[in-house]
Amino acid sequence: MTIKVQNLTKVFDGKKVLDNISLSVEDGETLGVIGFSGSGKSTLLKIISKLLYPDSGTIETTKNSDIAMTFQYSALFDFLDVYHNIAFPLLERREFKGKYTRDELKKIVAQKLKIVGLQGIESKFPSELSGGMQKRVGFARAIVTNPKIILYDEPTAGLDPVSSTLIEDYINQLKKELNASCIVVTHQMSTITRACDKVILLYEGKIVFKGTTKEFLEGSTPYTRQFITASIEGPMEIKSTT
Amino acid sequence: MINVKDTLIWQGIHYSLKECESFLITLGTIGKDFARVFYYLLRLRINIKATIEQASRFAVDSLPITLTIVGMTSIIISMQIAPELAKQGAENYIGMLSALVMIRELASIMAGFAIISMIGSSFASELASMSVGEQIAAMRVLKVDPVEYLIVPRFLAGVIMMPLVFVVASFTGLLCAGYISKLTADLSILNYIDSLWRGLYVRDIMIALLKSAFFGGTIALISCSSGYATRGGAKEVGEATTRAVVWSFLAIAIWDYVFAAMFYL
Repeated sequence: MTIKVQNLTKVFDGKKVLDNISLSVEDGETLGVIGFSGSGKSTLLKIISKLLYPDSGTIETTKNSDIAMTFQYSALFDFLDVYHNIAFPLLERREFKGKYTRDELKKIVAQKLKIVGLQGIESKFPSELSGGMQKRVGFARAIVTNPKIILYDEPTAGLDPVSSTLIEDYINQLKKELNASCIVVTHQMSTITRACDKVILLYEGKIVFKGTTKEFLEGSTPYTRQFITASIEGPMEIKSTT
Repeated sequence: MINVKDTLIWQGIHYSLKECESFLITLGTIGKDFARVFYYLLRLRINIKATIEQASRFAVDSLPITLTIVGMTSIIISMQIAPELAKQGAENYIGMLSALVMIRELASIMAGFAIISMIGSSFASELASMSVGEQIAAMRVLKVDPVEYLIVPRFLAGVIMMPLVFVVASFTGLLCAGYISKLTADLSILNYIDSLWRGLYVRDIMIALLKSAFFGGTIALISCSSGYATRGGAKEVGEATTRAVVWSFLAIAIWDYVFAAMFYL
C-alpha cells in the first residue's frame, strides 16, 4: 500500500476541519475526494503532502515515496520558463543537483512534456500559456522525479469541458505510466467517473461516504444522492461559509 | 446596562493588544527567517547564480534612483550651507563638512531609503505574490527550501551590494556638493578637494561600509520575510509590501542610531 491515513484530525481556530479521517490508496489506484467547499478536502491534501501538520493521526507512505502535487492554479514559477519550471526539482533539489548533464535534463523535460502533449514549448513563460496548458505543465513538473504518489488539487477547476476531459485522460495516463497512487480533490462529476477508482465524500471534516466509484454513482446513501443530484435538500446543509 | 466590550476604552485596549501581537509575530517571523538564513550561510549552501542575479538587481537596478536621491539631497544641503560658510569666511571647511555629512550619514541613509522603496518593496510584493499563488507551497512540495532558494540569495545580495552602492552614492554626493560649492560660494574644485581630504577618515569609511552592509542585509531580510509570511490575496500582498517598507525604515533608523552611539558617542 502506498498511502495509509489513520485517524487524522486537524483543527483551525477551534473548528475541526478534519475529524478522524482514515483512508488508504493502493498502487495504481486513484481516490477521488469530494465535498462542499470548506469540507476539508484541500487541507487533507496539504497534510498528506506535508505542507501542513495534523493535530493527531498518522500518514504512512511506502518507504522513500516521492510525493508530487499539482495545484488548483498550477502554481508555476512565473519568473522561470517552462523548461526551468519542469527541471526545477532536478536543478535545485540537493539530492539531484549535478546529477544530470544539460543534455540529459533537456531529454527528461522533453519526455515529460511529450507525456502531457505539449512538445516544443520549453522556452515559453507561464503567462504565455492557457489555463489548460499551465495545468499540464504543472503535471509535467510534478512527475519529473517519477513520484509514486500524485496529489491533484482541483485539476479541472476553471477549465472548459473539453480541456477537462483532456486533463482527466492525463490523470489516467500518468497513473499508468508511473503505477502511482493518486488522490484527486474535485468538484466535477466527470473527473470522478472518468478518473477515479474509489471515492470519499467529506462533510464537515468527516467521511460520510467511502466506496468504489460505481457504488458512489448508484447514489445508495442520502449523502451521495444529494451530491449526485446537486440537491439543496438533504442531510448536507450548505452553510453560509461554503 | 453598558456592555464593557462596547466601550471606547475596551476597544482601544483590544486594538493595542492586537497591534502588539502583530508586532511580536512580525518580529518572531523575521527572527526565525534570519536563523534559517544563518543556518544556510554557515553551511555555505549558497545559490551563486541566484545571488548574482539578485545582486545585479539590488545594485544596478536601484542605482539611478539612489544616485538621484543622494545627489539631489547633497545639492540641496550644499546650496544652503556653502554660501553661509563662505559668508563667515569658512569656505575652506565646505569640503570637510560635506565629506563628514556624506560619509557618516547622508549617503548610507539616503541610499537605504532609496533601496527600501525600490528593491525592498519589490522583494516583499514578489514573495507575497508567490506565497498567495501557492508557488512557495509548490517549492516546498518539490522539496526545495524556499528560504534557501529565495531569501538567502537576496540577503547576501543586500549585504554585499549595499556597501558598493554606498561608495558610488558617496562619490556622487561629494561631486554634486563640489559643483554646487563652486556655483554658490565660488570655491574652486582644487580648494574643495583639499578641504575634502581633511574630512575623510579611514575609520569613518570603514564604519559606513559596515553600516551599509547591515542596512542591506536588514532591508533584504525584512522585505523577504514580510512577503514570505503572507497568506490570503491581493489585499494581503499590499499589506505585506507596506509592512516591509515601514519596518525597513524603522530598522535602518535604529541601526543608524546604534552605529552612531557605538562609534561616535
